[in-house]
Amino acid sequence: MDAFTTITGPAAPLLRANIDTDMIIPAQRLIGAGRDGLGRFAFERFRFNADGTENPDFPLNQAPYRASPILLGGENFGCGSSREGAVWALRDLGLRCFIAPSFGDIFYANCFQNGMLPVRLAAADVQRIAEQTAASPSNAYTSVDLERQVVITPNGEEIPFSVDPRKRSALLEGLDEIALTMKRRDEILAWQARDRAARPWAWEGLTL
Amino acid sequence: MPQTLFDKLWAPHVVADLGDDWALLHVDRVLLHDMSGARALTEVGERGYSLARPDLVFATPDHAVSSAPGRSSATFAGGARPIERLRQRVRETGIRLFDLGQPGHGIVHVMAPELAIVLPGTTLVCGDSHTCTNGGVGALAFGIGASELTHVLATQTLMQRRPRTMRLTFTGTLPPGVTAKDMILAAIGQLGTAGGTGFAVEYAGEAVRALPLEARLTLCNLSIEMGAKMGFCAPDDVTFAYLKGRRFAPTGAAWDAAVAAWRTLRSDDGAVFDREVAIDAGTIAPQITWGTSPEQVAPVTANVPYPAGPADQAALDYIGLAAGQALIGTPVDWVFIGSCTNSRLSDLRDAAAVLRGRKVAPHVTAWVVPGSETVKREAEAEGLHAQFLEAGFEWREPGCALCVCVNGESVPAGKRSVSTSNRNFVGRQGTGARTHLASPAMAAAAALAGAIVDVRSY
Repeated sequence: MDAFTTITGPAAPLLRANIDTDMIIPAQRLIGAGRDGLGRFAFERFRFNADGTENPDFPLNQAPYRASPILLGGENFGCGSSREGAVWALRDLGLRCFIAPSFGDIFYANCFQNGMLPVRLAAADVQRIAEQTAASPSNAYTSVDLERQVVITPNGEEIPFSVDPRKRSALLEGLDEIALTMKRRDEILAWQARDRAARPWAWEGLTL
Repeated sequence: MPQTLFDKLWAPHVVADLGDDWALLHVDRVLLHDMSGARALTEVGERGYSLARPDLVFATPDHAVSSAPGRSSATFAGGARPIERLRQRVRETGIRLFDLGQPGHGIVHVMAPELAIVLPGTTLVCGDSHTCTNGGVGALAFGIGASELTHVLATQTLMQRRPRTMRLTFTGTLPPGVTAKDMILAAIGQLGTAGGTGFAVEYAGEAVRALPLEARLTLCNLSIEMGAKMGFCAPDDVTFAYLKGRRFAPTGAAWDAAVAAWRTLRSDDGAVFDREVAIDAGTIAPQITWGTSPEQVAPVTANVPYPAGPADQAALDYIGLAAGQALIGTPVDWVFIGSCTNSRLSDLRDAAAVLRGRKVAPHVTAWVVPGSETVKREAEAEGLHAQFLEAGFEWREPGCALCVCVNGESVPAGKRSVSTSNRNFVGRQGTGARTHLASPAMAAAAALAGAIVDVRSY
C-alpha cells in the first residue's frame, strides 16, 4: 500500500449530507468487478447526463477539481453499504483524502485499507475551506499533513484534526495489516484452543 | 462493575489488546455471498495466504441471481461468472456452499439464523452492511469491506476499534398492525441516518422482548440505516426456542452448556451506556418513507412534510410528491415483498393475512420473493404461495432481487414501488424508480388498493 504523507491540491466541494455508497458507485457496476478501473463509474449519475455527456455543473467535472486529490463532503459521507468499490472508484479518480464532518462507519474503515485518509472536521471548517477554495479555485490549494495532523486551508489557516494513532502510523508507513496479524498467529491459535475448552458449543458440529 | 451486553459480546473475543481502544478480535463465523465472497477468497490466495479456518466460513449466492421461477445461475447472464467463480473457490478451499435450489440456500442474512450458523455470543462478519441483521439472535455481527474480509479469511481475526454503546429502549406495547419494521423506521426517523454512527446499538425494553425472533432480525437489519454497523437484542427463551434443533445448533450437553452461557448475555442492572434513547412503542403507527433516505419517514396517516432544506426538496422532486399532500391514496405501481429485512416465513404470513381473498389492483405488479429455499418450501407447505398467486402476486425464487437490483431485475423508471426492503436511495430499485419502504402487511395492502393505505383500516 502506498504510504500517505502530505496531500495538496484544490479541494473539490460536495457538501450535501448523506452521500451514500449507491451515489458513489451503484452496485450494478460491481458485479464481478476488481479493485481497478472503477473511476469511470464514480458518481456517474451526477457526472454524466442521460446521453453520456458530462454534466458541467458537477464539481468533479470542473477544471480545477478534475485532478483534485481532496474531496470536501457533508455529514455522514459514505453511508450505506459496505462496498469497498466505493473507495476503489474514488481512488481511481485520483482522490486520496476526504474531509467531512462525519463518515459512514464501514466506508471510514475501508478508506484506511486503501491508503486513503478520511478527515473529520467541524462542518463550519469544511464550509470555510470550500469558500476559500471557491474564491480562487485554480490556485487555492488545501494541504492535508498527516504527520502533523493539520489541514492547511487556502488562506494558510491551520486546522488540527485527530486520527486514530494506529491508523495514522499504518497510513504513514503503508503497513500491511494481514502481515502484522500473521505475527500473532500463535496468540490466535492459543485463543482458539482456550475458547474451544470454554465454549465447546461455539465449535461443535462444524468439522468439514 | 456492571457490564453492558456489548461488553459481554466483545470482551471474550479479544485475542490481543492493541491499545487506544483497538483490539484484535476473533471472528467465530464468516458469511460469503456472490458479490463479495469470491473476490475475497481469490485475494487471500493472490496474497499468498490460505484460509485460516474453512470450517467457520459459509457461502451462498444471493445477489446476482434471477428470482424468476425456474431460474438457474445462468438466467441472469451478468451473475453467471461471479457465481461460477464462487463455486470454483469453494471447491478449492473446501468451505461450505449452500447453492441455488438446495435447502440452506437463501439471502445470506436469512439463511444464517435459519441454519443456526449464527449463535448468541458469537462474532460474525460478512462483506455486506446488513450483517447486523444477525444481531437479532444476540450476536456481535457486522458488515465489513473487502480488505477487512480478506484479513478475516486469512487470520480468523479482525482489528476493530471498540465502538461507543447505545441502548435503544422500546417501552410499552406495540399496537395491532404495527411491526418491528415500523419500530425501526420510526427510530430512524427520530434519530436520523447518522444517529447510530460509531455506536453498537442494543435494542431493549418490553416491546423488544415481546417480539418473535424473526421480528428481532428485522429490527436489527436496519441498524445500518441508522448509521450503526452493529445492532443486537439480548437472547432469551424466544431465541433459544428458535435455535434449538437447527442444523448447526449445538446438541446434547453442548446445547445445555450453551443455553446456560447465553442466559448471562444481558446488560447488567446499572450498566452505563454512552447514549440512551427511549421510544414508547405504544405511540408508533405503521410507517412509510416519503423521500430518498430512510430517515425521510412518517406515519402513514401523515401528510408529506414541508421540506426542511434542499435535500428534502430534491427528495420530493425525485419521488414525485408535493409537500402537504396526504400519503394515503398515493397511487402505487409496484410492490416488492422480500429482502433480508422482511422475507421470512412470519413476514409472508403477515402479508398473506391481509389478502383475505382480495385481488392485487390491475395496474400493480406485485412480487413475493421468499428469503430462502426453506422459507419458500415452508410457505408452500402451508399454502401461502397459493394465496399470493390467487391474489395476483408473482411467487418467485429466493434472493435479494428488487432490494439491490444487481440481478437484471428492476422497477421501471418513474414507477412507484412500496417495498419491504431497507434502502429507498435514488435509483436503488432501478433508474428513476421511486421507493417507499414499509412493512410486509403495509406492502400487501398497497398491492390490493393500488395505492398507499393504512393497513389497520384496510
